[in-house]
Amino acid sequence: MHRTPTRADSRSRQSWMVNSSMNELIKLSATELAAKLRAGEVTSVQAVQAHLDRITEVDTALNAFLHVNAEEALAVAAEVDAIRAAGGAQAQALHPLAGVPIAIKDLIVTKGQPTTAASKMLEGWMSPYDATVIEKIRDAKLPMLGKTNLDEFAMGSSTEHSAYGVTRNPWDLNRIPGGSGGGSAAAVAAFEAPLALGTDTGGSIRQPGAVTGTVGVKPTYGAVSRYGAIAMASSLDQIGPVSRTVLDSAHLQELIGGHDPKDSTSLANPLEGLVAAAESGAAGDLSGLRVGVITELQGEGYQDGVQARFEESLELLKTAGAQIVEVSCPNLKYALGAYYLIMPSEVSSNLAKFDGVRYGHRVLPEDGPLTIERVMGATRAAGFGDEVKRRIVLGTYALSAGYYDAYYGSAQKVRTLIQRDFDAAFEQADVLVSPTAPTVAFELGSNDDDPLAMYLNDVATIPANLAGIPGITVPGGLSDGLPVGIQFLAPAFEDARVYRAGAALETLLEKQWGHSLISQAPAITADSIAQKA
Amino acid sequence: MSAISREDVVHLARLAHIEMSDAELDKMTGELGVIVDAIASVSEVASSDIPATSHPIPLTNVLREDIVGQTLSNDEVLANAPDSDSGRFKVPAILDGE
Repeated sequence: MHRTPTRADSRSRQSWMVNSSMNELIKLSATELAAKLRAGEVTSVQAVQAHLDRITEVDTALNAFLHVNAEEALAVAAEVDAIRAAGGAQAQALHPLAGVPIAIKDLIVTKGQPTTAASKMLEGWMSPYDATVIEKIRDAKLPMLGKTNLDEFAMGSSTEHSAYGVTRNPWDLNRIPGGSGGGSAAAVAAFEAPLALGTDTGGSIRQPGAVTGTVGVKPTYGAVSRYGAIAMASSLDQIGPVSRTVLDSAHLQELIGGHDPKDSTSLANPLEGLVAAAESGAAGDLSGLRVGVITELQGEGYQDGVQARFEESLELLKTAGAQIVEVSCPNLKYALGAYYLIMPSEVSSNLAKFDGVRYGHRVLPEDGPLTIERVMGATRAAGFGDEVKRRIVLGTYALSAGYYDAYYGSAQKVRTLIQRDFDAAFEQADVLVSPTAPTVAFELGSNDDDPLAMYLNDVATIPANLAGIPGITVPGGLSDGLPVGIQFLAPAFEDARVYRAGAALETLLEKQWGHSLISQAPAITADSIAQKA
Repeated sequence: MSAISREDVVHLARLAHIEMSDAELDKMTGELGVIVDAIASVSEVASSDIPATSHPIPLTNVLREDIVGQTLSNDEVLANAPDSDSGRFKVPAILDGE
């Protein structure tokens, strides 16, 4: 019974081809690749080229990338290689991840590369400045492979709401890669990049991680500067790492985290010990750790296969010495409602700046008087997609006269209740655990006519954003051949705990299976590419 | 809570500066009605003695010295403008008929 159900079990009719052209370099974790780079076994140019080749090979099928930044990535790689070859103090001073390529969610602004937020509104726009996380990545000399696809302005759970086409899930090209950060998750799952940046407002890092069999972390609110992340809902948004291993995410969060004078909501002090926590967790000893199972985030509404993998993970955690306790957060049943009032309210305000005046798209009305008001109306009608319009109008409603107290005001009070629930739960438990998403990846187009059904995908991830606490998703096995994610949550500032618990579960599961989950992903073959391209 | 009427959506779209066709207004009216019905329960639990949380991590008065930092040049700012003239953004008339 202790064996990963492979895709072949449930879908024996599919052919299983080993992709012999796959360069071994792209299979390495970021930590492994960094070690080889430091040891001089491979060069950064080789590593970057291997990933660019992989993008060329599979991205016509996946559409994970909106922009590929080959020239600059290779130049940065060559610079790292030259510094290493020269040796001396400059080589010593290189960041441990220097030369390891990374993909960037196209919600994060970058100089020299287009930033679209997957919207027609920003087609062709070039940011005149870098996000703070991008400055840190440049300083550490991680070559940027390009910009990844997302739901327009990060609004969605499937990456189907991109103005530039859907991204497909590497595990099944007919299914969604999650969202909004489906591009970053798919790129990492398909070995197009070992690392990526995401943003998480209600689960946009963790839910794509769950459905693609990868790792993603939403740090404590303020742990990573939001400067240069195009704002969706400012009190909920957080940039975080996407990777194939827990340790890789810990390295990346340590790199991008810390106080930023340009983001007055960033924490005064950096969160430390994340890598150490991941390393100690990987030793597989959780003696004394109290793991709280949240009654409200499991069972009804969760697919049987998701629930089964979740329960197996709990058993494994027990064998590692963890003490499993049941905790209740009764107000979580209002979390989705509060989120869908607070988030659209902030969206309606944050997206008011896209009006065709200073930058971005401008559309002139076809007839009638040419006034600025009519130009704004026509510009926003043409520049925004349906989901963005829906949320702007919903937020405008929630904030409008006569409804403000009943809706926005009430939602903010619910936020307090949810924080109190978590505070009480964390008195009984050091970390909390739940499935990351209620279902495995669904088929493309299956929620097209039902926005509310789409919103339910984030029921387990949204509470962390409302409370500002950190959360991680780690691969928990397969259900009907598709990945299931397990989520750990910890109190604010205690990000190290989710890395410790996440790394422990990752190690225990891989030991049981005898391999990593992602190694079981089907090869993306010439046939599948021809079908989907 | 009353459901959202079509007139409400016409008004909201105007406030939000999003032009909508009749078909879009019809569709949006139906969708928003369903969404609002589903989320209206939040007002049931929010009693007056519960304080509101607008920001997840408590912070007060984050201040800095009033020193000019790094800024963008005029050319950088205007580089992405849909239209500009003499170093300024150029927009259509602000008022009707002028």
